[in-house]
Amino acid sequence: MIKHEQIEKNVGLLIVLTLGVVIWGGLLEILPLFFQKSTTTPIEGVKPYDAVRLAGRDVYIREGCYNCHSQMVRPFRAETERYGHYSVAGEYVYDHPFQWGSKRTGPDLHRVGGRYSDEWQRAHLMNPRDVVPESNMPAFAFLAGAKAKDTVGSDIDAKMQAMVKLGVPYTADDIKGAKAAIGDKTEMDVLIAYLQGLGTALKNTK
Amino acid sequence: MSDFVSEFWNLYVVVIVLVSILACAALLFIQSKATFTQGKTMGHVWDETLEEYNNALPKWWSWMFYITVIFALVYLVLYPGLGKFQGILGWSSAGQHQAEVAKADAQVKPLFDKYMKMDVKAVAADKQAMEMGKRLYMTYCMQCHGADARGSKGFPNLTDNDWLYGGEPEKIEETIAGGRMGVMPPHAQLGADTIKDVANFVRSLSGLAHDSVRAAKGKETFTSAGCIGCHGPEGTGLQAVGAPNLTDKTWLYGSSENTIIETVTKGRQNQMPAWKEFLGDGKVHVLAAYVYSLGQGAK
Repeated sequence: MIKHEQIEKNVGLLIVLTLGVVIWGGLLEILPLFFQKSTTTPIEGVKPYDAVRLAGRDVYIREGCYNCHSQMVRPFRAETERYGHYSVAGEYVYDHPFQWGSKRTGPDLHRVGGRYSDEWQRAHLMNPRDVVPESNMPAFAFLAGAKAKDTVGSDIDAKMQAMVKLGVPYTADDIKGAKAAIGDKTEMDVLIAYLQGLGTALKNTK
Repeated sequence: MSDFVSEFWNLYVVVIVLVSILACAALLFIQSKATFTQGKTMGHVWDETLEEYNNALPKWWSWMFYITVIFALVYLVLYPGLGKFQGILGWSSAGQHQAEVAKADAQVKPLFDKYMKMDVKAVAADKQAMEMGKRLYMTYCMQCHGADARGSKGFPNLTDNDWLYGGEPEKIEETIAGGRMGVMPPHAQLGADTIKDVANFVRSLSGLAHDSVRAAKGKETFTSAGCIGCHGPEGTGLQAVGAPNLTDKTWLYGSSENTIIETVTKGRQNQMPAWKEFLGDGKVHVLAAYVYSLGQGAK
């Protein structure tokens, strides 16, 4: 029997046993999820992000939108009344990584696709207080001045190839046409495209 | 929900869960049998005076631990967790949500049924309905039309009783239910100078300061370029397509010469989303009445 003292005085043994505990937890809490249909099969209507939305998603991540916005509608009436159908695992299969977030300074965005017009999104990103005077969201006007192809879109084909390795079914044509699809769009354009596509698979089936 | 790709993963989870729980119990049991040198220190000293006793676990603490083990086992019998076993209570998060919605619906359905039988004007006169309407408005509409319903640039003011698609109760309900798509086509092909003429003419329609020579030229273009098709020969607009009346003092995007030039050159696209599917008929009806009541406050 190992004594407390032996573990305490032997850093190598402590590391091995700590790893053992962590791995045991992972074996139970993480591993089985890779072998569940509901977490690995996309629900009907969920498609991989096209090149433009994938670039928009990178703007979303770069600007830290997830710090204030979640993408996870929980199965409570108070949330489904406001946002729409609660989120299900099969909607996130092409999200690497998912943008669930953990804090809602702003509203949840998982069902924001189509909720507002493109023009509203534009006006709101330029200066949120132009449309919602009470808002404390920062303005993102600078996104309208940056071409996506120079930043988030510059290595879009490589990004898509990486996604393929993670299991997203992009075709060779998708990847070849990625740069052309982004074209001259600004960072704001691609971000809006991303937002307008969010959660639309289950949007109207409350 | 557990829908594993094979039976193996079911057993895998069951075994690991049970082994973990029983191992905790075993560890506790072994520790309770161990011998301790009660009251004596382990012999090492940190930070000059910090020492450690080798005492047995406090009884209350061990019992708490035993209780959590029992709790875990009872939980796994009642709730889902043990592989694909759903628990004898049959609980699921989706089921809980459904029950919650059904309970609330049973409460509000009689109200909405009552309002659905009343016409929009009658609902607008109902105090309780307007309380509900205000809440609905604050949840779904204020993001574009503003908490005070006065709108902003590009988003119509709902309190001025001036309507792009008509202010009759049925029209308002139609707008909310089906949404609207307002399109002003771009006219850059007219050339900057001609557009400036048109802008001056448009300003003249509502009596704003303008260059009368340019306005006279703009008037011809207004007819020849097809503006009258939507805005009418008098510029009074056409509610069927949501073309604004240019002769009044309401401006969706602004009345300055520069703004009008921008509107004519680049065109405008404006969308009111459709809410029928998302909200259902009852809420749309109450919202229509609320929006109708907002307009009644004006002149």
